[in-house]
Amino acid sequence: MDNKLSEHAKEVIDQWLKIYPADQKRSAVLAALREVQHENNGFLTTDLMDAVADYLGLPKIAVYEVASFYSMFEIQPVGRHSISVCTNISCMLCGADEIVAYIEKKLGIKTGESTKDGRYYLKQEEECLAACCGGPMMMVDHKFYENLSPEKVDEVLDKLE
Amino acid sequence: MTDDLITIEVDGKPLQARKGQMLIQVTDKNDIYVPRFCYHHKLSVAANCRMCLVEVEKAPKPLPACATPVVDGMKAYTRSKLAVEAQKAVMEFLLINHPLDCPICDQGGECELQDLAMGYGRDVSRYQENKRVVKDKNIGPLVQTDMTRCIHCTRCVRFGDEIAGVRELGATGRGEHMEIGTYIEKSMVSEMSGNVIDICPVGALTSKPFRFSARSWEMVQKDSIAPHDSVGSNIHVHIKDDRVKRVVPSENETINEVWLSDRDRFSYEGLYSDDRLLSPMIKEDGAWKDVDWETALQYVTDRIQTVKKKTGADNIGALVSPAATLEELFLLQKFMRGIGCHNIDHRLRQRDFSDQDVAPIFPWLGQSIADIEKRDAVLLVGSNVRKEQPIINHRLRKATLRGCNVLVVNPVDYDFNFNIPVKIIVPPTDLPYTLAGILKAVAEQGGRKPDDADFIKLIERTNINDKHREIARKLSESKQGTVLLGNLAVAHPQFSTIRALAGAIAKLANITLGYLGESANSSGAWLAGALPHRKPAGQRSDKTGLNAFSMLEASLKAYVLLGIEPELDCWDGSKAMQAMKSAEFIVCMTAYHSEAIKSYAHVLLPIALFAETSGTYINNEGRSQSFNATVSPSGEARPAWKILRVLGNLFNLNGFNYNTSIEVRDEIQNLISNLVPGNEGRWEIPVSLPTGNGNLQRITDIPMNSIDPITRRAHALQQTMDVADGMVHVNALLARQLGLSAGSRVLVRQEECSVELPVMLDERVPERCVLVHAAQSCHASLGPSYGDITLNKV
Ligand code: SF4
Ligand code: FES
Ligand code: FES
Repeated sequence: MDNKLSEHAKEVIDQWLKIYPADQKRSAVLAALREVQHENNGFLTTDLMDAVADYLGLPKIAVYEVASFYSMFEIQPVGRHSISVCTNISCMLCGADEIVAYIEKKLGIKTGESTKDGRYYLKQEEECLAACCGGPMMMVDHKFYENLSPEKVDEVLDKLE
Repeated sequence: MTDDLITIEVDGKPLQARKGQMLIQVTDKNDIYVPRFCYHHKLSVAANCRMCLVEVEKAPKPLPACATPVVDGMKAYTRSKLAVEAQKAVMEFLLINHPLDCPICDQGGECELQDLAMGYGRDVSRYQENKRVVKDKNIGPLVQTDMTRCIHCTRCVRFGDEIAGVRELGATGRGEHMEIGTYIEKSMVSEMSGNVIDICPVGALTSKPFRFSARSWEMVQKDSIAPHDSVGSNIHVHIKDDRVKRVVPSENETINEVWLSDRDRFSYEGLYSDDRLLSPMIKEDGAWKDVDWETALQYVTDRIQTVKKKTGADNIGALVSPAATLEELFLLQKFMRGIGCHNIDHRLRQRDFSDQDVAPIFPWLGQSIADIEKRDAVLLVGSNVRKEQPIINHRLRKATLRGCNVLVVNPVDYDFNFNIPVKIIVPPTDLPYTLAGILKAVAEQGGRKPDDADFIKLIERTNINDKHREIARKLSESKQGTVLLGNLAVAHPQFSTIRALAGAIAKLANITLGYLGESANSSGAWLAGALPHRKPAGQRSDKTGLNAFSMLEASLKAYVLLGIEPELDCWDGSKAMQAMKSAEFIVCMTAYHSEAIKSYAHVLLPIALFAETSGTYINNEGRSQSFNATVSPSGEARPAWKILRVLGNLFNLNGFNYNTSIEVRDEIQNLISNLVPGNEGRWEIPVSLPTGNGNLQRITDIPMNSIDPITRRAHALQQTMDVADGMVHVNALLARQLGLSAGSRVLVRQEECSVELPVMLDERVPERCVLVHAAQSCHASLGPSYGDITLNKV
């Protein structure tokens, strides 16, 4: 099963394993999943989770639990570019809902869906993204964009391949 | 230890406690009830349900009793206003999502949530929102899921992780989306999986075979003893309308704790199989007809008398199930010896009897079941203990969690649910040689030699390798070690050699030797005298009769069978079948009328099965446990001890005037009460060690749910993975050499028998070996459990 993990992913995981005690390999599960998800266009498959479980010597279900718990992991195939619009209190007061509505209309999808061409994924963001003074804000592929307006959203999203 | 004792006060009562105990352990011990869902005394503390909140003096908020360690002088209140309010609030939270449809829930009437909702719930819910719905999962034939009812206590998850040793269930998702399940659809494969039914506090996990067939308040509960492995787990039988509805464990800390193996839990379904024999039957001119008991027994008497007169009592043989009760075993041997015949045996799956005269009075575990968990090193020889004696395996697993090394010498690379530091997987013919290697290594390391010169000679020429040394070192270093011989060792064609070598290893390493019994009375049958060479209580018999194998080889004129299907239960199925077919007269005391039985038997006498008869089992640790019948026997069936009593009287034998099975038991108990078990005994030391001849060898194992007639008829168990599969298991290398692949059909040949079977690739099987399960109809057309075998592609 190991061969499902790329050499690079294994290197990264090994790097993380070094900082934990040898009998606590499970500590590396978050880092391992993050790396594997990154290499797989932003989502995990059961096979990949199984491979991580085998590599770390964990029961498979233990990996499924972690991957399904954290909203940063996608366990269904999603579009290449992940868009999270914060709708928590500060952002909400600054008009986050309109931004969400704008993006949904622009892309023709609902929150939680991906565009058919696999280009965008509009993720349901669960928590405050900790950029409250710049609300409304969104995170696209791990980068923050603040003080959003429809024009600014267009600018950011249209650039993405 | 007294330093550890502290005093706390609960609800105004001073209580003694040990430091570090959780509050709930102390209240439980003192019969102060604290409500709970997630806490279970055999599982780790999760403290996630919060139902056990209590008030503790000086604590600013209520604390969970299951996760609050006691400290000296602590004052707790379990029923104070604060505590009860907190408990009620938690109950209200739990009921936000839990359906309130107890009338259609199988757990209704025995549900912890229902009970506590009665005590702590409000009459009306303040929530209007829709309740969440969770899709049910199919997790196999034994456990039914209703996941909408799950309250996320995670008992089942912790059970898998901590007790079953296979983490299959988990909590995926979070918040309102959290679900308990296997994530990807799959069956639970544990020999103990049924226990999640008991520990689930709600109706999320219930028994599939029992589903919707009775309500808890309609049933009566009676105690009994589980009839399969040699553990003798204590059980409750739940009965409605004189029918066994289900079986659940009864707590006995020294034996099964609170657990039960799946086989012991679900085998009751076999009581009501379609081929249950309901009336005595006689074959007349090839046709079967029902008769009354009197006719049947008179017929048996006449026919046996005829055989006896014509060819002598030595031409009769009795084969009896090791799962028969002590009383049945005893009376059958009394009857046989009474008519002048010593051919009686229960060792159906054994081949090598050469050392039976020096064997212990009865083979036993060599220690108590509870002591197994204190062992620091265990050498398992020829055993798939996880499937064969699941409760003993659980104790072993507990031992390993405390640092015990379990070392394995096996002919098949079985899966264990704990870590095995050293294992040696060898073809059966190499098993004795491997043990000799370990013995030699133990001798070298201890700087001692076996006492016996013959042993020294035997191991002189043995080569030892690192694994032998490693095992030897772990055994020699152990303070509380043991060597355990399993079912495959007992069935081995050189069992006496294995026994001798294992015994010598144990002696030299100064550890105990134990036998893992296959059936409920594998130990008891020896004490009851169901043996050709010994009378009850190990007394020497003046004449030695034929053993189970020789009785078949000799093709006797008449056989008396009790509780067995010889073609499935004997070491050599086809030999058994031939012997049965060529006999003049066969009387089957049986609960079933299979096609095979009908083809060779002449009289069928219906017997009561485990929950239907009173009796006694002596388990592997030598503990005698008697039980009463819990339901009436099906149809006209009678307890076998009564049948034997009547037969004894019809033959005018002395001492068959028992009124109850208790009188029979007391007669045996009188004989055996002073016996001290001991496996140390003596051995027959062989002059040389067997070696393989290079031919392919057969290995036989009996999957746990194919072990005896009743289990083979238990419907749900038959849907599990642990049944005989009728396949030829070979490893990929051998398959390649023979040009076989998975699914290809081969002609399997042993001696004069042959049968065509499909191939299964199985890497657990060592080189040059072929694993075939026994106890299935194709076994009946194959030969010995071990020995040469050939495969030809068809
Ligand atoms: S299924 Fe039962 S035992 Fe498992 S978490 Fe849910 S309520 Fe608890
Ligand atoms: S509320 Fe949006 S970043 Fe904090
Ligand atoms: S029983 Fe204590 S929190 Fe569940």
